[in-house]
Amino acid sequence: MIATRIIRIIEDIVGAQHVSTADTDRLCYSYDATQRQHRPDAVVWPSNAAEVSLLLKMANAEGIPVYPRGAGSGFTGGSLPIHGGLALVMTRLDAILRIDEANLIAEVEPGVVTRQLQKAVEALGLFYPPDPASLKFSTLGGNVAECAGGPRCVKYGVTKDYVLGLEVVTPQGDIIRTGGETMKGVVGYDLTKLLVGSEGTLGVITKIILKLLPLPAAKKTMLVLFDSIDGAAQAVAAIIGGKIIPTTLEFMDGTTIDCVRRGTDLELPEAARAVLIIEVDGDVDLIEKQAATILQLVAPLGVVNTWVAANSEESESIWQVRRSVSPSLRKVNPDKFNEDICVPRSRLPEMIRTIEAISHRLQIPIVNFGHAGDGNIHVNIMVDKAEPDQEQKAEQAIEEIFTATLQLGGTMSGEHGVGVTKAPYIPMELDPAAVAYMKAIKKALDPNNILNPGKIFLQD
Amino acid sequence: MKRLDRHKTLADYRQQMDQCVKCGVCRAHCPVFGEEGREAVVARGKVTLAHALLNGDIEPGPQLSESFSQCLQCGKCVRRCPTQVPVDDIVLAARREIVARRGLSLFSRSLTSLLRRPRLMHFLAGSARRAARLLFRRIPQKSGLRLRFPAPFIDRQRSLPALAKKTFRQRHPEFIAGQRDRPIIALFTGCMVNYLYPEIGEGALKALAAIGFNVMIPKNQGCCGLPALSAGDGASASDLATRNLRAFGEHQPDQIVTLCASCHSGLTRHFCDLGPDYAALAERVVDINDLLVSQGFEEILQQLSQPAQKPKVAVHTPCHLRNSGLDEPPKLLLAALPTIELVKMNKANACCGLGGTFSVHHYQTSRQLGTVKANAVKESGADLVATACPGCIMQLQNSLDQADLPQRACHVLELVGEALSKGSTELT
Ligand SMILES: Cc1cc2nc3c(=O)[nH]c(=O)nc-3n(C[C@H](O)[C@H](O)[C@H](O)COP(=O)(O)OP(=O)(O)OC[C@H]3O[C@@H](n4cnc5c(N)ncnc54)[C@H](O)[C@@H]3O)c2cc1C
Ligand code: SF4
Ligand code: SF4
Repeated sequence: MIATRIIRIIEDIVGAQHVSTADTDRLCYSYDATQRQHRPDAVVWPSNAAEVSLLLKMANAEGIPVYPRGAGSGFTGGSLPIHGGLALVMTRLDAILRIDEANLIAEVEPGVVTRQLQKAVEALGLFYPPDPASLKFSTLGGNVAECAGGPRCVKYGVTKDYVLGLEVVTPQGDIIRTGGETMKGVVGYDLTKLLVGSEGTLGVITKIILKLLPLPAAKKTMLVLFDSIDGAAQAVAAIIGGKIIPTTLEFMDGTTIDCVRRGTDLELPEAARAVLIIEVDGDVDLIEKQAATILQLVAPLGVVNTWVAANSEESESIWQVRRSVSPSLRKVNPDKFNEDICVPRSRLPEMIRTIEAISHRLQIPIVNFGHAGDGNIHVNIMVDKAEPDQEQKAEQAIEEIFTATLQLGGTMSGEHGVGVTKAPYIPMELDPAAVAYMKAIKKALDPNNILNPGKIFLQD
Repeated sequence: MKRLDRHKTLADYRQQMDQCVKCGVCRAHCPVFGEEGREAVVARGKVTLAHALLNGDIEPGPQLSESFSQCLQCGKCVRRCPTQVPVDDIVLAARREIVARRGLSLFSRSLTSLLRRPRLMHFLAGSARRAARLLFRRIPQKSGLRLRFPAPFIDRQRSLPALAKKTFRQRHPEFIAGQRDRPIIALFTGCMVNYLYPEIGEGALKALAAIGFNVMIPKNQGCCGLPALSAGDGASASDLATRNLRAFGEHQPDQIVTLCASCHSGLTRHFCDLGPDYAALAERVVDINDLLVSQGFEEILQQLSQPAQKPKVAVHTPCHLRNSGLDEPPKLLLAALPTIELVKMNKANACCGLGGTFSVHHYQTSRQLGTVKANAVKESGADLVATACPGCIMQLQNSLDQADLPQRACHVLELVGEALSKGSTELT
């Protein structure tokens, strides 16, 4: 509970209609896509950096935890108010401040929805590549805070590759600018890179300067169905080995296909046990050639069927299938543990085989899909928590999968972050000195531990 | 004890509520969320609140009523939801739950709290209220129209259609003979056509005559019950259902034809919940556009003569038809009409913003959604925007009027009716 006196202060800062302690709001800002629930004591919707700064200063003085939040679509609980306090909802800061066609940059506020920016720049013949499957509702602030990736990242890189500069309110309430508008810049530490992916623990982002690219002239989307998961995994290695970097190389296993079949007009025969969605973009003649080479490379690997989209509508219907995957998995089992491991691309077939073996041995369904092109697989361990010892089994599976991932030279999270769900596993990947280094940074910047406390690191 | 209606209760939806994975996809599609931007109005939030209400984690109160009132029943969230959570039905069940526990007054109380908002007050005026009283003297107590326009909420600026001097059912006999060997269908007039837009019904009669159908217009029929359901008044909705079951059941018509997308949804989607008799009746309900297309009506239309001047017509698809998979029939009829030129319109599937009682509770948001549509009509270059729902027509016309645009909203059947009468005068 937050004292009425403090609510009055908050009202003075943001205006009475932009703070709420109503049960309805506290419930509706208690969750994210992890489906866990923790109610904040109050919900605040600031409208600019100055308000955020005052709120953080007040929070430091009063010792109130503050939890930054975008759309609440995170998969690791980054926005969950696990110690109550304030849910700091950034969606009112939703202006695209400018799109600079001469310098190929855009300056935006963090509450802008990813797709909204993409539409705006595409209308000018420009391109903002990062495309998380949540792009129609996730915010750019959330994307930056999680360093979101997406299918196109195989060729174009992830969110951090597009952030040139930030305006940030520090945990103690100072407003600072990092980086800038230039393509280069080496004055001082690279705080921009530090803040990207910091999951709202080191500062609240209030402005973002993003790099843009020219919009590719054309693209070609292909859906290739394989008779085995191994065939698809080898296809990925074959394409990359063939020195072609497609725009996307998305992968779904048989169970995933079963889950999405009903929601699409596309024909997905039962014989297909794995799917690759391959897209190439660029000049028209170039992509025709690339597409042909790719189809040649994968042909001997057990292809059941190939579908090449004839136009952008058909391509969109392929992508719609991909985007519906994650939430539709519920059809397998009610509860899922959603991991997003990433291994070096050439080790992908090995990793998939290991996961299949673990699934088989522990007798729990594990569904795999994801960004195979960069070795990033979404591993979904499907259980029913109501059943005895299923949760325990799932935890064992997670540990074994992480161990295998790390042995293959990978990482336990490619893009979803650590948040609360992966915090317990951090010691598996990072050595104690590295964790101490990170904690020292957090402690120096946020001595009172008020900004997004309880995330990334387990409490001491 | 309060009388319990026979509709599904919130508890019946528990399993479906559990299917919500909190992914947030609905944030991209809920039109009310698009305007309000708060989680308590988006589908995901409503499911959370309904769940909490069911589990006793939250008590009915003004804020809860407010959240559940913020729903257009457009079903856009359900269409896009990866696990098909029936959020629109859950919202209605939650409204009934609140009304059952606290009585109808809670919703009206949240209405009166709106009255205190200056922005809304601004729109209320005495003259409109007087007009509304007159209007309402002639509309029966149980009609959905009353819920759509509670007297004090009729604002000065909202353009309302004039009340027909004689209602549709007064104007026409209970049985209109067609050809002997042709089917007998019953016409479900709905409140809006009966009281406000009889010309839509007349268009339908012309079309049905053209294919020789025998038409019955049961005098004792009532409102479809959707507005009552929308207000959380399950008891009134089931009373109305019983009345309609009697009015239509005794005649055993082959089909029951609706002229209004919302009536169609009220009679099909919600009737079935009430028991086998109702479900059997619901199975015979068919939308007029759908019926005409199934009879190959396009061919009849194509044979009509072409005028020199054709108005440009854009199409708006009512959410309630779209959700029943009936987007196409109205478009097919219009495409076959030689008397008009069909034009493309952006946002043809966007909700008009009426949403039953929504526009009464949340006039500002409703207007903002309406403005988007009005602009789309303007940009399309159309002279008319045709649709298949009188509710949408009223809202579209209001939005066009508010934007000072000359375009008119009309029903597909009005255009069909006009074309048919012109065709026949030319023949004679
Ligand atoms: C169906 C679905 C598909 C998804 N697909 C992908 C995918 O393909 N790739 C991918 O990378 N992710 C994906 N995600 C995960 C999620 O959408 C991303 O992590 C996204 O970047 C989160 O954005 P958000 O606005 O929802 O942030 P939130 O979930 O609200 O917050 C995420 C984190 O960012 C912090 N934060 C938010 N705004 C700010 C700010 N202004 N300043 C500082 N910190 C802030 C929060 O504190 C939290 O730690 C998916 C999620 C769903 C539900
Ligand atoms: S789209 Fe469906 S599952 Fe996802 S949050 Fe909304 S209601 Fe829940
Ligand atoms: S039915 Fe329409 S208004 Fe209601 S929650 Fe769903 S999308 Fe929103």
